[in-house]
Amino acid sequence: MTPTTTRGWDEFMEGIWRQNPVFVMVLGMCPTLAVTVSAENALSMGISTALVLIASCGLVSMMRDITPKEVRIAVYIVIIATFVTVVDYAIQAISLALYDALGAFIQLIVVNCIILGRAEAHAAKNPPLPAMINAAGMGAGFTIGLLALGVVREILGAGTLFGVSLFGAGFQPWVIMVLPPGGFFVLGSWLLLFAAVERRKQRKLAEQGEVGQNV
Amino acid sequence: MSETAFQIFVNALLANNFVLAMFLGLCPFLGVSGKLDTAFPMGVATTFVMLVASLCAYGLNLLLSAFHLEFLRLISYIVIIASAVQLVEMVLKKYSPGLFRALGIYLPLITTNCAVLGVALFQTAREYDFIQSMTFSFGGGAGFTLALVLMASVRERLQLSNVPDVAQGTALSLMLAGILSLSFMGFAGLGG
Repeated sequence: MTPTTTRGWDEFMEGIWRQNPVFVMVLGMCPTLAVTVSAENALSMGISTALVLIASCGLVSMMRDITPKEVRIAVYIVIIATFVTVVDYAIQAISLALYDALGAFIQLIVVNCIILGRAEAHAAKNPPLPAMINAAGMGAGFTIGLLALGVVREILGAGTLFGVSLFGAGFQPWVIMVLPPGGFFVLGSWLLLFAAVERRKQRKLAEQGEVGQNV
Repeated sequence: MSETAFQIFVNALLANNFVLAMFLGLCPFLGVSGKLDTAFPMGVATTFVMLVASLCAYGLNLLLSAFHLEFLRLISYIVIIASAVQLVEMVLKKYSPGLFRALGIYLPLITTNCAVLGVALFQTAREYDFIQSMTFSFGGGAGFTLALVLMASVRERLQLSNVPDVAQGTALSLMLAGILSLSFMGFAGLGG
């Protein structure tokens, strides 16, 4: 690979792994918890957010030289709101059932901190292409995070995955998982799991370091 | 709409608490709830912004509907909210600089608090009239403050207790929020 493509790849993977918006930065919590009652909702919400993210970061980046510093936040917000309106009407046209399931949370993409955060922290300082690649990575990371929650909650709370029944008629659904408290519990458990893995890795590294010193 | 103002208020405050049942405004909920003496002012500031935003959104919606410009709703709501936040920020800076510094970055972030935009969007979607809108936003704001204060009190107690290392930080806050949310489910049906 040439150096430029590797950089683009790094830029993309950044959002998926090292700075995953859901699990590492814990941004954009409201849609994360509210719409992840099923894997299907989670996937569509993730994709919509990713589309808005890519488009807004591209435009913010193109306009970065002509945006006065004092009113930049207002400019970003208006740009984001425009694309959200577009996505909102698009979803309404594609599937009314989905539109009803996601409800006001499509419009609430406007106030998703991930988008404004990316616009401010990355897109405003970089040319359009890297900014959009980075945004795509963030969007993908966000979608993965949402899916991780949606899948767990749907399996535990309804015994289905993407609407397909998994366990047969004898399954007693754990209803609390699709209710609001379940969202908090599942995300909390994921974070616990990641913290435990991270802790273990550090301990191993530390042990290796000690062994190295003793030898 | 057959709901009375009182029902709307109780619903927004307890049964459908903005933070714990509808997942609105989670960022400040997790961010500012570390200390009780910043949590309460933050709740009050947010409530104030909500009331202003709800008032303006109501008037604006009449205007937009009259001209058939509904597609501009989202953009104009967010601009209104941003201006209201700016106003609160200037007032706080002038009259209470200490609080202004304590709230820090979370003050301008009220703009991106989904609870505020949520109030404006929900009152439009449910076609509330003027009185209903105002009660709804006040109930929502009070509910937000209540959740924030409860969370802050619990977290202050937790600082003194012995928590497993792995669970420190956000994971613990989320588990707490889950338990609070579970107990708030007991209010379901209260507003009729």
